[in-house]
Amino acid sequence: MRKRIAAAAVLLAAFTGQQASAETLKFAFQGTYNQLDPYSLNETFTLSMHGNVYEGLTARTPDLQIVPGLAESWEIIEPTRWRFHLRKGVKFHNGNDFTAEDVAFSAERIRSEGSDLTTRVEPGVKVEIVDDYTVDFVLPSPNPILHYEWNTWYIMDKEWTEANDAVAVTSASDTSPNHASLYANGTGPFKITTHEPGVRTVFEKFDGWWNEPKHNLDRVEFTPIGSDATRVAALLSGEMDMVYPIPVQDIKRVNENDGTTALTGPELRTIFLGMDQRRDELLYSDVKGKNPFKDVRVRKAVYQAIDIEAIKSKIMRDLSTPSAIMISPFLFDNAEEFERYPYDPEASKALLAEAGYPEGFSVGMDCPNDRYVNDEAICQAVAAFLARVGIKVDLNAQPKAQYFAKILASGGYDTSFYMLGWTPGSFDSYNVLLNLHNCRDDAGNGGPFNLGGYCNEKVDELTQQILSENDPEQRNALITEAYRITTDEVSHIPLHQQGLAWGVADSVSLEQRADNQFDFRYVVKN
Amino acid sequence: MFGFISRRLVMAVVVMFVVALISFTLFRFVGDPINQMVGIETTPEQREALRERLGLNDPIIVQFARFIMGALQFDFGNSYQFKQPVAELIGKRLPATLELSFVSALFALFVGVPMGVYTGLNRHSAISKLFLSVSLIGVSLPTFFIGILLIFVFSVHLQWLPSFGRGDVVALGGWWTTGFLTVSGLKALILPAITLGLFQMTLIMRLIRAEMLEVMRTDYIKFARARGLPSRSINFIHALKNTMVPVITITGLQLGSIIAFAIITETVFQWPGMGLLFLQAVQNVDIPIMAAYLMLTAFIFVTINLAVDILYVVIDPRLRTERSGL
Repeated sequence: MRKRIAAAAVLLAAFTGQQASAETLKFAFQGTYNQLDPYSLNETFTLSMHGNVYEGLTARTPDLQIVPGLAESWEIIEPTRWRFHLRKGVKFHNGNDFTAEDVAFSAERIRSEGSDLTTRVEPGVKVEIVDDYTVDFVLPSPNPILHYEWNTWYIMDKEWTEANDAVAVTSASDTSPNHASLYANGTGPFKITTHEPGVRTVFEKFDGWWNEPKHNLDRVEFTPIGSDATRVAALLSGEMDMVYPIPVQDIKRVNENDGTTALTGPELRTIFLGMDQRRDELLYSDVKGKNPFKDVRVRKAVYQAIDIEAIKSKIMRDLSTPSAIMISPFLFDNAEEFERYPYDPEASKALLAEAGYPEGFSVGMDCPNDRYVNDEAICQAVAAFLARVGIKVDLNAQPKAQYFAKILASGGYDTSFYMLGWTPGSFDSYNVLLNLHNCRDDAGNGGPFNLGGYCNEKVDELTQQILSENDPEQRNALITEAYRITTDEVSHIPLHQQGLAWGVADSVSLEQRADNQFDFRYVVKN
Repeated sequence: MFGFISRRLVMAVVVMFVVALISFTLFRFVGDPINQMVGIETTPEQREALRERLGLNDPIIVQFARFIMGALQFDFGNSYQFKQPVAELIGKRLPATLELSFVSALFALFVGVPMGVYTGLNRHSAISKLFLSVSLIGVSLPTFFIGILLIFVFSVHLQWLPSFGRGDVVALGGWWTTGFLTVSGLKALILPAITLGLFQMTLIMRLIRAEMLEVMRTDYIKFARARGLPSRSINFIHALKNTMVPVITITGLQLGSIIAFAIITETVFQWPGMGLLFLQAVQNVDIPIMAAYLMLTAFIFVTINLAVDILYVVIDPRLRTERSGL
């Protein structure tokens, strides 16, 4: 009898032992993972989750260097012809082989109607299949950053997509659900076994992955937790292994708690202020018949009135990096050449007087209150700083849904003074210059996110040169020149790169990427 | 009776139509759905094309007519954010909300009624005073604060109960999921149910207390006492029964608001019910979900009101004779 019990105990131990070695990572994020079609939404968290299931031809390391992904190597055989050599022996989760056909198919699908990532492969690019594992991309003009965003151009299985009638990209105007939005079939290290949008998503390890796993996970459970307090509580109570983001005011608490640590670092997103320089009279101001922001002295006065160090220490609790240009120093080699205009309220007042506003003026400011870290608090601080030099700010802080509806092209750029954050999807300055600095018309043609309508022909010209310059040195010189002009003319007022804060249990080690993507490939749980 | 019910049914349809109309006009002010559906780099032309495809450029009356035509066939369209049919999404979230509401209503009744009777009978005892001051906290503290407080005490410090979610659920028949059958599911119910039910509990307790004080002064209680009936049967049979009419009204109406306005509790506890779905939809301007949810809420209220009206007639014989006399 005793022997039998002992045998049973051993058996049980064997079972439970096996259970214990199967590592499950539980994590929470503030937003939801909505649908699984990799081309439906160009948004960081969604792409980040897709990236654990799907893969691109290229990949990005934790420090954001471009490395081979599904392509083993690539070469520029002519300035307008790129050749990609595909990795052999790669399988999709359903067992299908990955070949050149899939790449060509994905290239067509990502730029078809309904896709939100059409910029990944420009319409003029021709895709030529050389053989099963070689693909040529023929470009209309040279483009040195062709592959910069291809780590999030996820390759889909042609056969699977066609068989499931999901060739058209899932669009909100569809009347029936698209197979690709409910199920995923990639080549990545994890497959999705359960997906209840807004409730939870379960990832399981894909045993047939082509690469040697660095992670030791068998299962990842994702739960969206919208409430900050609940998310932090779930980490502190040990129910979650990792949660993000952590509100800056809770970082200390997470660090003081036994068994949890807040992992912080600078993010790539640059937070800045913009001013309407296009209209002849501001929409929201007591100055009539002219637009004070058309005068560079006024823009500089606003800039110098803001004490960025105070914002950093008081509002951001030191979790921000004040910025002199409109792109993160991570993404631009010559960033150190630029310095912020010093905080100097006296100089600011002098500039205003010189520009003809010795008594200042009033202006309406638009600000989101649920989009960026402490966005509303920053705007309030800016309003207080500007009041000291005589500029009276009427702050209109709104939830992002209303805010973006008002200030973007669809709302007719209905703003005089606004706050915005920008991360270039390509991690490159061309994107910043084109979207935020190039001249635009009233409908948004040109620089669509240049809300203030800053315009300098020379910057537009430089942007075009940057697009087709293949030599990195020369290209950086051109970018520097462009930023020099926009900084001298105070096209925008860069504030800072906000910080990332992830809460992590001490039993878990992972890599925090500066673009706020969470890559399961590097997670080790003990 | 039949005439009464059919009159109420016609009114119900009118109410639902008005709710639909009002909510539709409000949707114009919640923001632009397009900005929430696409990434920031999407060009203005692409945004405009999407707006056109979704029919958002049509006059509001055309959009409303389209919605009503769909709603009549229980087709509420596809969610903008999830790209799934709204009816299906709400159907999947309904069990979570109903189970939570059911448990918190039971909690409110089974704790509130005895407390009300006790405080009504022993109005000067120390325990009564304690109950009353605790109940004051229940009515005056906002729900989200109570929820967070419970989380920090029972999840973070004591680590007895989970701080979020529904635990493990068991699927029944493919259309219902229940947390009643697993330990983690039951544990997950406790904190949200208390948070959601606390206000109703206090309300019921105070209501019963006031009614009891009233009833205990009436002649038939004095007569019953004079006849020498045991005080147990006086208190619970004669007195309590006669306090029930207003309690049923309030409980019925409150049940509607528990189901419909579990939004805050569901958000604090990340409870995967309809309220959470609705709140996410508001943040993302997911108009199809908002519209369907508001219609469902209106429907629940109208149904419960109807049921309460019928119950009155059943419970109170005086109403019955008056109505049949009409």
